Amino acid sequence: MSTMSEVKAGAPASVLAPDGVLADGYVPALDDDGLMSAWRAMLLSRAFDERAFSLQRQGRLGTFSTVNGEEAAVIGTAWALDPSRDWVVPQYRELPAMLRQGFTLKKALQYSTGDPAGNHMPEGVNVLPFQISLAAQIPHAVGLAWGLRHQGSDGVVVVYFGDGASSEGDAHEAMNLAGVRRAPVIFVLKNNGWAISTPVSRQTAAQSFASRAQGYGFPGELVDGNDLFAVYDATSRAVARARAGEGPTLLEARTYRMGPHNTSDDHLRYVDPVDLEERRAADPIDRLRRHLTARGLVDEESEASLVAEIKVEIEAAVQASEGGARPGAEALFDHVYADPPERLLRQRAAATEER
Amino acid sequence: MAVLNMVEAIRSCLGAEMERDERVMLLGQDIGVNGGVFRATEGLQERFGAERVVDMPLAEAVIVGSAVGLACSGLVPIPELQFLGFGSQAFHQIEGQVARMRFRSQGRYGMPMVIRAPFGGNVRTPELHSDAHEAKYANSAGLKVVMPATAHDAKGMLAEAIRDPDPVLFCEPLRGYRLIKDEVPEEDYTVALGKARWAREGDDLVIVAWSAAVVIAERAAELAQAEGYSVGVLDLRSLVPLDTDALREAVAGRGRALVVHEATLTGGFGGEIVATIQEEAFWSLEAPIGRVAAYDTPYPIASVEELYVPSVERVLAGVRAVMEA
Repeated sequence: MSTMSEVKAGAPASVLAPDGVLADGYVPALDDDGLMSAWRAMLLSRAFDERAFSLQRQGRLGTFSTVNGEEAAVIGTAWALDPSRDWVVPQYRELPAMLRQGFTLKKALQYSTGDPAGNHMPEGVNVLPFQISLAAQIPHAVGLAWGLRHQGSDGVVVVYFGDGASSEGDAHEAMNLAGVRRAPVIFVLKNNGWAISTPVSRQTAAQSFASRAQGYGFPGELVDGNDLFAVYDATSRAVARARAGEGPTLLEARTYRMGPHNTSDDHLRYVDPVDLEERRAADPIDRLRRHLTARGLVDEESEASLVAEIKVEIEAAVQASEGGARPGAEALFDHVYADPPERLLRQRAAATEER
Repeated sequence: MAVLNMVEAIRSCLGAEMERDERVMLLGQDIGVNGGVFRATEGLQERFGAERVVDMPLAEAVIVGSAVGLACSGLVPIPELQFLGFGSQAFHQIEGQVARMRFRSQGRYGMPMVIRAPFGGNVRTPELHSDAHEAKYANSAGLKVVMPATAHDAKGMLAEAIRDPDPVLFCEPLRGYRLIKDEVPEEDYTVALGKARWAREGDDLVIVAWSAAVVIAERAAELAQAEGYSVGVLDLRSLVPLDTDALREAVAGRGRALVVHEATLTGGFGGEIVATIQEEAFWSLEAPIGRVAAYDTPYPIASVEELYVPSVERVLAGVRAVMEA
């Protein structure tokens, strides 16, 4: 068992120090297979961020938001789920969690090129679409969790949002309802310090977001979002509670957005470069690498070969996502209604004939 | 055949649909033990339990927003907005999420949901309870907007809406809940969405209306008869889907039309009706199309609302103006 429950409010729970050393007596709950797949997912996420950014600069991709810096927060939470029965409700900066549930890099690239197919989650992939209207997904997650339970499933739902979205009314309404319904949902509030250029100090006067949970009648935990083990453990506890019918948990994963908000943003207009360098010292990937190296699980050679393999995977996805036919006017009309009004069918006929 | 008022017809439909399909569940404020502030859900929590007739926190956005998630899980939620005027508190969920979830997810997540919402004036409610906001929902692509004017249609169209795979905003006229009474079959039936109905026959002019405005239009048409005008009333029944064929045929045979609605004039759905008529039947027109609507002012407090909501007298004046043009 971790030391998490002893941590006082204000200090994020952590078991993996920045130098890669585990807290005294801490035994990871994440087994080596899980650990190594999480490590691979973190490297893949970082490599994909870089590749996607470069594709955007080449004009081959639209707006893209990186995970850069938040890999442990996203992967540590997602790895505590069982993709066959549990659900992920994303915002747009949680690609590794979606991939673990069965989403694909190809679809992620399609989404960012503006191909409608990118937001289609294949049947059996327990993920809701990307959410751009921030916080609107949080009520959905509560309803989904409630509905699963209503129908006898023991599946749980993880919903992601940020410090910015936490200011929206939907965040409040959703957490309040989740408490009332004891819905099996885990609110993962990634506090990455920024909502585009607005610092967290302008979102809240509170010392932590986790403390809000008390007001909703369920537990909240503040965890070091750059510590894969601490995030995984806190999520596992929340999942166990939710599965057992004990209701929701609010998990504040304190992390840092190490890059711009998205490809259209220049964070150096408002981020202090000295501060950014300090934050980079807490990079979750570097931290885990130090730990895995000390345990003899990775070395430079094995990481290089893993990264090479990942790059092949990413290039295959890039190839697969490019060169397809551009969607025609049908794409404007498909899936708007299951049973389209006559008026819309006439518009469709006109639009497709005009092409 | 039993004569029911509109709220009885709605209640009977909700009970029957919950019986028919165990995925159907109701969410809203005060709908359980209290049976709804208008008694539309009276007795349903006793019959189906508190897990299917769910009293919700006072929070419109999450009443609708959680229904999105319930639908994604495979259920058929029927969230109730206690008043359509408060729908603005949930508009971002309705327009931004419910209406376009099927499109955004490319068919993976349909939204088989009916949002029930009472609306409309002349019942002396406090502020913001009475507004007729249907136009902004009709302008939300992906949503259907249904506005029955009879108890028969309320039952049949609500059943159709519940079984529809697409999300439906189902607007119920507050003033008609008890005043509108007509014959309602006890057995199961549905009324298709998007098929207008002749509420009254008449050869000289057609009044196009929906929901409680149909009743006002019918009374005005009766009075117009005494003045020698034969006025028909076309009840649109739904704005989306819109029965453009019925509009064309109605105007083609008469040449004169008047649109009546409770919503404000500017941006009201009447503008869409007028535009559609001129597209579909311009060469049949013998006079400019008239409109009788609420004024472009906020819905007033009770003492002056009769001056705001289109009255029989104002509609009759509208008929005369179009007939004499």
